[in-house]
Amino acid sequence: MSGLILGIETSCDETAAAVVDSAKTVRSSVVSSQIDLHARFGGVVPEVASRAHLDLMIPVVAESLVSAGVEGNEVDAVAATTGPGLVGSLLVGVTAAKSLSLVWDVPFVSVNHLEAHLYASFLEEPDLDFPLVVLLVSGGHTMLVLMEAHGRYRVLGSTLDDAAGEAFDKVARYLGLEYPGGPAIDALAVEGDPTAFDYPRALVQENPDTMAEDRKLAFSFSGLKTAVINHVRNNPDVSTADVAASFQEAVVEVLVTKAKWAAAATGAKGLCLGGGVAANSRLREKFLDACIETGVQSFIPSRSMCTDNAAMVAAAGWWCLQMDGSSPLNTGADPNWGLPERLNS
Amino acid sequence: MLILGIESAGSQVGCAIGGHEGVLASAHTGKGRQHAESLAPQIDFVRRQAGIEFSELGVVAVDVGPGLYTGLRVGISSATTIAHALGIPMIGISSLDLLAFPARWTSRLIVTALDARRGELFTALFRKVPGGIQRIRDPQVNTPQELLAELMTIEEPALLVGDGALRYQEIFSSIRRVEMAEQGLANPSARSLVQLAHAQALREEFVPSWDIKPVYLRQPDAEINWKTRKEDS
Ligand SMILES: [Zn+2]
Repeated sequence: MSGLILGIETSCDETAAAVVDSAKTVRSSVVSSQIDLHARFGGVVPEVASRAHLDLMIPVVAESLVSAGVEGNEVDAVAATTGPGLVGSLLVGVTAAKSLSLVWDVPFVSVNHLEAHLYASFLEEPDLDFPLVVLLVSGGHTMLVLMEAHGRYRVLGSTLDDAAGEAFDKVARYLGLEYPGGPAIDALAVEGDPTAFDYPRALVQENPDTMAEDRKLAFSFSGLKTAVINHVRNNPDVSTADVAASFQEAVVEVLVTKAKWAAAATGAKGLCLGGGVAANSRLREKFLDACIETGVQSFIPSRSMCTDNAAMVAAAGWWCLQMDGSSPLNTGADPNWGLPERLNS
Repeated sequence: MLILGIESAGSQVGCAIGGHEGVLASAHTGKGRQHAESLAPQIDFVRRQAGIEFSELGVVAVDVGPGLYTGLRVGISSATTIAHALGIPMIGISSLDLLAFPARWTSRLIVTALDARRGELFTALFRKVPGGIQRIRDPQVNTPQELLAELMTIEEPALLVGDGALRYQEIFSSIRRVEMAEQGLANPSARSLVQLAHAQALREEFVPSWDIKPVYLRQPDAEINWKTRKEDS
């Protein structure tokens, strides 16, 4: 099926719209970030985000169509993220998408935000070989997903407590760094010594061969976060650059180690990175090293494809339309929707 | 000129299509908290019942609030997107105007009070004029006690309209010259929206979709807390 899909993404603090052709060619991708709006609060404020999404919706959708050189009536389907995310924010995008599908008389497709992140890589590297292990790391999620084919995947393991991005944000806030915390730690860590402090690396110190299956590919960052915060509290004069670098090193080491274990356990041909934390420089560097060391194909999307965008929503929308057909007009938002595991497609 | 009206700023959701011949079709869901789920199927249904194509619409009218934030945004997101996609102008009307309009038969002062939750009301004052209503006090957020105090200073008989008025009717019952409007008038309606928008359309009082802005009347809590902290320090 040929398909110009308009994708809409409003799950957190980016208002985004994109036009993608058949999950392959990105015709346009517009992202309007609300970072400046939330900076003074030190985190995303749901009501502030919802208001901004509404103000930005029409301009962002209009720009995505204009820069794609596409008239509204040429669009073949409209896809929107319906979860997981902030419910008030999601509803602005879902409602806009359903309204466009009504007026243009084309299918509406409900897209899972995590599934969209899985498909981001394929937009830049359509020929990735299966089976593939994707390490999905963001402010809300940390998981390893095995993709055996398009529309056939399952979660291998996920975080038992905090998401990696959440740990970055909390440590950054404790260190008094500016919002958002991830990029701030990334920048500060460059000036610090990653071996200065030996912070705990949860669930990687044991031998993977003797570990229980449900712990082997699971993550835990809450203990690390607490250890870093306690360390700084007890040593107020410590170099924040060294703390940032050592903390980042611990997170990255855990993420990369688990990705390697997952690839080995599943016989994956490739390892892929996705989600907002995948924009972290140290993670990108170590992830690439690990792929070279283990001899699997690696794919690290560009930073703009790792962070939230609507091109990945349009791409996932195209696949979902093939697999599930269109979604009903009474679709709402599901703030806690997990990654739909697809086992038998 | 055919008008699509969308109303979801209150606890209910409604949609209507009408024009010179009055309202051609309308739908209404009284069950609360399902705005996003209900609205799109309603628009689809009403358009079919009216027997028209989207391309025949000339204006999209929407309730711009004040109202419950999520529902308000669902209505405005849908209405502005439809108008933008069709390349047609819009008319935005206050939820409190919509509450007052069906009560225009009364010779009393019309006091609208929509439930704003958290023990507060969205209120405005209207008077009947030939052919419709005139707003004599702009929308505000009040506690029921504040509205009561305002009513005490007004010496003429008043009709109190809206789900907020009904919720706190015991408070207002202490004033003899205040009468309560019935439950059937307690929520803004899409039919009134289309009727009021039609009058404005005849006067060509249109705005482009990007000029439609929700009327929240309250700042987000985080904004208030942030300002308070800043003033304290
Ligand atoms: Zn994301």
